[in-house]
Amino acid sequence: MRSPFLLSPDEPKAGGLPAGQHHYLKIRNLSVVFDGFVAVDKVNLDVSQGDLRFLIGPNGAGKTTVIDAITGLVPASGSVNHTGTEILGRKVHQIARLGVGRTFQTASVFENLSVLQNLDIAAGSGRRALELLRRRRKTEPAVEEAMELVGLGHLAEKQAGVLSHGQKQWLEIGMLLVQNSDLLLLDEPIAGMSQDERIETGQLLRKIGASRITLVIEHDMDFVREFATSVTVLAAGKVLSEGSVAEVQADRRVQEVYLGSAKEGGE
Amino acid sequence: MREFVASRWGVRAGSVLAVVLLLVVAPSMLSVFSLGLLGKFICFAIVAVGIGLAWGRGGMLTLGQGVFFGLGAYIMAMHMKLADASLFGGTGVPDFMSLYGSGDVPGWWEPFRSPAVTLLAVALVPGLVALLLGLAVFKRRVKGAYFAILSQALAAAFAVLLIGQQATTGGSNGLSGFRSFFGFDLQDPANKVMLYSIAVIVLLMMMAAARQLMHSRFGELLVAVRDQEERVRFLGYDPATVKTVVYVLAAAMAGIAGALFVPIVGIVSPADVGVVPSIAFLIGVAIGGRATLLGPVLGALGVAVAQTSLASSFPSFWVYFQGLLFVLVIGFLPGGVASVPRALANLLKQGARTEADRSTGAFSAKSGVPQRAPDGLDVSTGPIREEASR
Repeated sequence: MRSPFLLSPDEPKAGGLPAGQHHYLKIRNLSVVFDGFVAVDKVNLDVSQGDLRFLIGPNGAGKTTVIDAITGLVPASGSVNHTGTEILGRKVHQIARLGVGRTFQTASVFENLSVLQNLDIAAGSGRRALELLRRRRKTEPAVEEAMELVGLGHLAEKQAGVLSHGQKQWLEIGMLLVQNSDLLLLDEPIAGMSQDERIETGQLLRKIGASRITLVIEHDMDFVREFATSVTVLAAGKVLSEGSVAEVQADRRVQEVYLGSAKEGGE
Repeated sequence: MREFVASRWGVRAGSVLAVVLLLVVAPSMLSVFSLGLLGKFICFAIVAVGIGLAWGRGGMLTLGQGVFFGLGAYIMAMHMKLADASLFGGTGVPDFMSLYGSGDVPGWWEPFRSPAVTLLAVALVPGLVALLLGLAVFKRRVKGAYFAILSQALAAAFAVLLIGQQATTGGSNGLSGFRSFFGFDLQDPANKVMLYSIAVIVLLMMMAAARQLMHSRFGELLVAVRDQEERVRFLGYDPATVKTVVYVLAAAMAGIAGALFVPIVGIVSPADVGVVPSIAFLIGVAIGGRATLLGPVLGALGVAVAQTSLASSFPSFWVYFQGLLFVLVIGFLPGGVASVPRALANLLKQGARTEADRSTGAFSAKSGVPQRAPDGLDVSTGPIREEASR
């Protein structure tokens, strides 16, 4: 299907789009401290538009905390620059309005609302009061397209609460798309999915990642090898290594970290 | 049946039925006294519509609606006192003021001499108070039980404040002894029927407004905020704004109800606005089904009728009965009476399914998407996660 709103014809690749003005995420000296415990320690991270970056690392490495800090959920120091705009220190909903969207480890959709209503709400933070007070007459094209893209078109009127785990994750990704986020932060989107669902999710990420800044937290190394264009390894709150999947896997320090905590990484 | 009730024709038929019953049948069948009682209950039902929105749809356990009800009621009462004093006393000073005070009308009473200001103020003053309160409370992310306690404390403080101002608010006696309502003689039965009819029309208008809100995009957003307030932030909304809007609306509805209550009942005192009436407002809503449109209204009417008939035969028993009813509904029927048909239907369906399974003797491998929403997840009637338990 031709997708005029949400997709670009390109594939994601390491380093992002080939040329021209593009969007980027630039993190400098990001630190998060909980009661004296340093969860994230002076992290520097650059992700460009069109790059499908995976964030990996052992449990407790601070991966989710990095995303929490970017989205304003936990207080942090340092700088998070989204295409020229400093977003650190703003409120959660203001950051969301600047085009930063995220999903959660446990899918958190509005279970009492239908798939269509979930997407419609996600698409509507910019609506005017009068528009909000009216009934929804027709489905917005972007909502329609997102629903097809994440494979939930036939479930539009279903309550989100009865969806399967995988479908809820897809619905969340769909919500990010209609929310018009150009910085996507996905926290373990394939956790608990079947093998088929994983592949579909990976292909979906390749499609949407081509025109956006995408940061995915993932444990499953097979999945990372298959779909990542670049990888950042986090350990004990610090960036340990960065590069292509092959480069990172060849890095001795990365091997040590993963051998140190034997079963991590899904290997 | 369900589809019919929710359909456009169902709504029209229901509205016509309500208008005929309340505006034609009731005035011709009931005595003027009973009609006055029904009018009072209608006022409670108007408050209930607002609570249904704020609590049922918005998840805000508003234990202090008596404040807004009282603001509307006292503003109307002040206007009627001033109007009576000009019409009958000639001095323009309400009777009780010369009795208990200096005989001067305080400055903050004066604006309510004007009928236009009064009519606007009965909705705007409660709305404004709710706006300031809502912004202060919701922006600081106060919610759940804390919000409930705070709003209840406010109701208690409001009643205490009124009692302390004997010379300007009538103290614990309140304001009473009204003779006219915007120039109409309150003793005339025809005018009593008119007041009752105004209350009915206002109730139907409020229900129409609530229905529009529930079915709008804002109504969907409100449910989203109720169920997952934090998640909504990540979509770029400030839930505090959403909640404040509904809180203000509920307050304005309570204020209008209070303003209608005064001419219909003929008195307003701190006993009508404190903690006890604030909780009483809530009980009908809970019993009827707080997340629905009709539930709060029918619940409020039903509880008020039961209270009037039971309290006259067993005066001390009613309070315990009321408490028991509240506990039972919250504990065992969180969706209220409105959720009973659906619960029964689910039960029947379940019964039929087990029956079918048994008769075929098969396990009937039903894989894939579950067909039935777990425990009535329907937005219109679904049981709500308990505010109090969070």
